[in-house]
Amino acid sequence: MSNQEKEPMFSAKIRKIFTTPLGKENPITVQVLGICSALAVTVKLKPALVMALSVTIVTAVSNFVIAALRDYIPDRIRIIVQLVVIATMVILVDQFLKAYAFDVSKQLSVFVGLIITNCILMGRLEAFAMANKPWPSFVDGLGNGAGYGIILVIVAFLRELLGSGTIYGYPVMQKLGVYSTGYENNGMMILPPMALIVLGLIIWFQRSRNESLIEKK
Amino acid sequence: MDSLRKKIDKIRPHFMEGGKYSKLRSVFEGFESFLFVPDRVTFKGSHIRDSIDLKRTMTVVIIALIPAFLFGAYNTGLQHFRSIGVESGLLQNFWFGFLKILPLVIVSYVTGLGIEFIAAQLRGHEINEGFLVSGLLIPLVMPVDVPLWMLALATAFAVILGKEIFGGTGMNIFNPALLARAFLFFSYPGWMTGDKVWIEGLTQGQNVIDGFSGATPLSLLAQGEAAKLPSFMEMFIGTIPGSIGETSTIAILIGAVILIATGIGSWKIILSTFAGGLFMGLLLNIFAVNSYMELPFYYHFVMGGFAFGAVFMATDPVSGSQTETGKWIYGFLIGVLSVLIRVLNPAYPEGVMLAILLMNVFAPLIDYYVVQSNINRRLRRARVAIKNQVK
Repeated sequence: MSNQEKEPMFSAKIRKIFTTPLGKENPITVQVLGICSALAVTVKLKPALVMALSVTIVTAVSNFVIAALRDYIPDRIRIIVQLVVIATMVILVDQFLKAYAFDVSKQLSVFVGLIITNCILMGRLEAFAMANKPWPSFVDGLGNGAGYGIILVIVAFLRELLGSGTIYGYPVMQKLGVYSTGYENNGMMILPPMALIVLGLIIWFQRSRNESLIEKK
Repeated sequence: MDSLRKKIDKIRPHFMEGGKYSKLRSVFEGFESFLFVPDRVTFKGSHIRDSIDLKRTMTVVIIALIPAFLFGAYNTGLQHFRSIGVESGLLQNFWFGFLKILPLVIVSYVTGLGIEFIAAQLRGHEINEGFLVSGLLIPLVMPVDVPLWMLALATAFAVILGKEIFGGTGMNIFNPALLARAFLFFSYPGWMTGDKVWIEGLTQGQNVIDGFSGATPLSLLAQGEAAKLPSFMEMFIGTIPGSIGETSTIAILIGAVILIATGIGSWKIILSTFAGGLFMGLLLNIFAVNSYMELPFYYHFVMGGFAFGAVFMATDPVSGSQTETGKWIYGFLIGVLSVLIRVLNPAYPEGVMLAILLMNVFAPLIDYYVVQSNINRRLRRARVAIKNQVK
């Protein structure tokens, strides 16, 4: 215990906890968690960004709280305790969005509330926060939220650009004048199946870059 | 011929291992076997070699498609001149349509074959003839006015995501040509449905004579204008607006005869698809509550892509059912679903494409249960035999 307490706040280990979920332990592309929301909120960049931020905050804070409580939670009822913490955080985030970003909150509709069921959260609480100290758990939550967010933003960027011809609401395609050449927005990009295909392509790209992710037969 | 053979033999060493173009070996072999029958023989063990290989199968399907293609060219011209109210002769119609279709065919082949060639080089596979049929099917299921870049995009989508990622020719779960069409249908619905895209020139705002409508029979019915429907004979011959190759039932039936006579296309699938359509059509006739449902069931066979889908798409040996019993079920359900989607879902005037793609997904499941029931039946028989012996 004592030698761990001396560990500096941003040691190499802590940094690693933050960076692995961005790449080779990515919650979406490697662990394949949280797919539903990744398909649902990625039509436009703005809701995707807000969603990514919300999930990051909820994961980090609930990770922190559960890690602080971890020695006092009876094993049998740990799931319900975890859910109470997550639900509280989700309600806070939901109310905050409704107060300060009402139109985004309307676009996200039920998906903010459904962060409760996002597998990434329960997964991190069970796998990390229950066995680690508050600070590393908090960083782990941030990392996983960011890993989730990166994929969301990439998917949303491609879908908004190709499906609606805009980036963050700015009409790029129109300004570039490509419509006069006969180009048209791709309607399928806005449909959820295409989000799944885009996600699949990202996974393909990541695995071809990082051979260690390919399952051995 | 001899000089060509000699030339090929002369450049062959360059493409073999250690040669300067060894990376392009499969391109070389692809062209060689395109020009000459491969002379490779088996050295070891006993093998049965059938003279009908992939190349010949594909060639037969291409031949079977020719009537539909020729009629499609003729009809494209016919519809065009009809829309502007100009009298035109048979050859004039044909030549006009042919020149309009040719770019579509070229774009489809160049895109698809280009991707297949690259994929084969990357993987070290041999180039095979898998795209020969798809390359002709894709333009035939398109409206004539589809922009070329969309066609190229759809072809690339179908070949890469529909075929190559599953492992190439023979591994795809969907029919590539239908996948290309479905991609365009959902991506650019403005170019795949409506009253204008089926006739050359209408999307460019060309003036048409009074009272002319480019609506297909199916969209007329979806709009509830059954009275404007062309006669049965007209739809059977195919002088109606529609995708290039699908309008003429008679040309498609000629193709069907070729496919069935050579044993390339499964007559079971074709027959059961029509049976399924007939069954669903009759059922809707019996419980008819609107004019579409009252439409005589046999009209469904000559409208839209029903016949084309049944003969050329459903019979795809890769994406369809493999077992003999499975073929009956698979075809029957395609027929049922096609008519069902057409009549009961106003958002999709044509149901054949979606029905076949849906059944493509179910084909392995159907096969699984057919095989499983066969195993169970034999097991039961074996158990009875053992019991009798013990007695």
